[in-house]
Amino acid sequence: MNFFQLIDQLAEVDPDVLDRFDSRRAVFNSLGTLARRSALAATPLFMGALFQKAYAGTASVSTDVLNYALTLELLEADFYRQFIASTLIPGGAPAAAIAKIKQHEDAHVTLLTSTIRTLGVTPVAGTSTTGVRFKALPAGATYANYLAVAQVLEDTGVRAYKGRAAELIGAPNDLLTIALQIHSVEARHAAQIRTMRGQLPWINNNDDLKTDPAYLNGVRNATGTSLTLGGATFAIPAYDATKPSPLESNVLQGATAAAAAVNTATALGTPYTADDAAAAFDEYLQAAEVVDASRAGGLLA
Amino acid sequence: MSDHSFLSAWREQSLGRRLFLRVSAASAASVTLVAAGCSTSTPEPTAVDPYQLTLPAGDPGLLYYAYFLALTQAALYQKVTDTPPADLTAAERVIFADLRDHEVIYRETIKYVIDPTGATVLLPTDFAINLTSFTLTTRAGVLAAAQLLEDLTAAAYPTILPLFTSANIPQRTLLLKISSVQARHAATVRDLLTPGSFASSDVVENTGALAGQLRTKTPTEVMTAFAPYFAPYVITVANLAVPV
Repeated sequence: MNFFQLIDQLAEVDPDVLDRFDSRRAVFNSLGTLARRSALAATPLFMGALFQKAYAGTASVSTDVLNYALTLELLEADFYRQFIASTLIPGGAPAAAIAKIKQHEDAHVTLLTSTIRTLGVTPVAGTSTTGVRFKALPAGATYANYLAVAQVLEDTGVRAYKGRAAELIGAPNDLLTIALQIHSVEARHAAQIRTMRGQLPWINNNDDLKTDPAYLNGVRNATGTSLTLGGATFAIPAYDATKPSPLESNVLQGATAAAAAVNTATALGTPYTADDAAAAFDEYLQAAEVVDASRAGGLLA
Repeated sequence: MSDHSFLSAWREQSLGRRLFLRVSAASAASVTLVAAGCSTSTPEPTAVDPYQLTLPAGDPGLLYYAYFLALTQAALYQKVTDTPPADLTAAERVIFADLRDHEVIYRETIKYVIDPTGATVLLPTDFAINLTSFTLTTRAGVLAAAQLLEDLTAAAYPTILPLFTSANIPQRTLLLKISSVQARHAATVRDLLTPGSFASSDVVENTGALAGQLRTKTPTEVMTAFAPYFAPYVITVANLAVPV
């Protein structure tokens, strides 16, 4: 085994390989998931140490992201608990749908809590009376009021997972895949809640709630770089005002190192309405935007 | 027929990366890596089958994979919107018009990312999506076809997104933005066909340690299911990085 020959060979086929080694997560990712998972025991010590180092480097970032995700899941789970307890939900299909969604949110809480604990970090926690929980809706809130909050929570959840997925690239235990699986389920919930509200299942310009901050960008208050909630403290990236998250009405997609973004409404050969083009893509939110008082942060008790 | 600019276009540009990824993602990954450290290897010749389209290795292959998913769905929804079944309601036709628009936008946006200048012909001239295995004359048949493709596509994305290399983060971000809307599509058509089934246990784990997570599918599983729609062509995903 000649490690330097290996590096040379990688450099031959992948000119960026030496740059990749500047980022442990990046080289880790580029070597493929399977290499991490099944073959570590068989690798020579040096290679093994390189991988171990990559694990160590990402663990803290990963648990910060997971605690952030867990905060949102606790918020959602407690919201649905209150929704069900309100006895406002009509029996039959609506009650069954909300019960199913609540069951998933509870499962996400369980999964994220145990994963964070496994990684040796204290998970955020919440009950109906302590820690991370939903701020009750005002007395007199209706079924429609609750459903509107559910839509905003679910759509925000989809944007929130997207916003931090990149930080889980190369993280151990396939955390990125797990986060993406949850993200996909949140999108299914969002579609269902929207259908129950008589809205189209995708975020679009005819939405009755389109001016809610959940679909816009920016923060109301400058936030710090850490949150202390529910018995845990975790870091979040500071709000970057120079790179605002895309609005949900964004139609510019597909920018790469090789080419500028394309206007998906006008430049794809077949003209579409800007509404169609924007609805086809869900945009991300920065963490600081999600926890801002104008969005999920304002729904915490 | 034998003039596949689809094949030659990517074969030239990605040979090096294909070699690298075949080395790094082979099933006995680290053993192969060790072997690669000791000696150089050369690419094997590609078998020539006029109906076989082999997706390139690495990130371009992932984009082509997503392209074929969008291509198939766009063809289905174009057919449904052109000749909707009589019993498809007006509200459902609005949904299908949106599904068609979204999938065509995906198809064209992904194509743009693969080939920004539009210089490359991505498909053989006689390639066409084959929808004959579906019953598209009834509402139930249309919804069943849509559910099948949407569930498969929604299950495909979480598997491939982590496979992108750090050199192609914008490409991954694009597909990430698409992935949740595909999940919305899947939930929507499921609920139209079987009310309340938007996240049933056949698509979302219901119990156990993985409860609440989407059931994902590998490129091989997805492309096996999609095979009838590409016939007589066969799309091979053997060069894609191996998901766990």
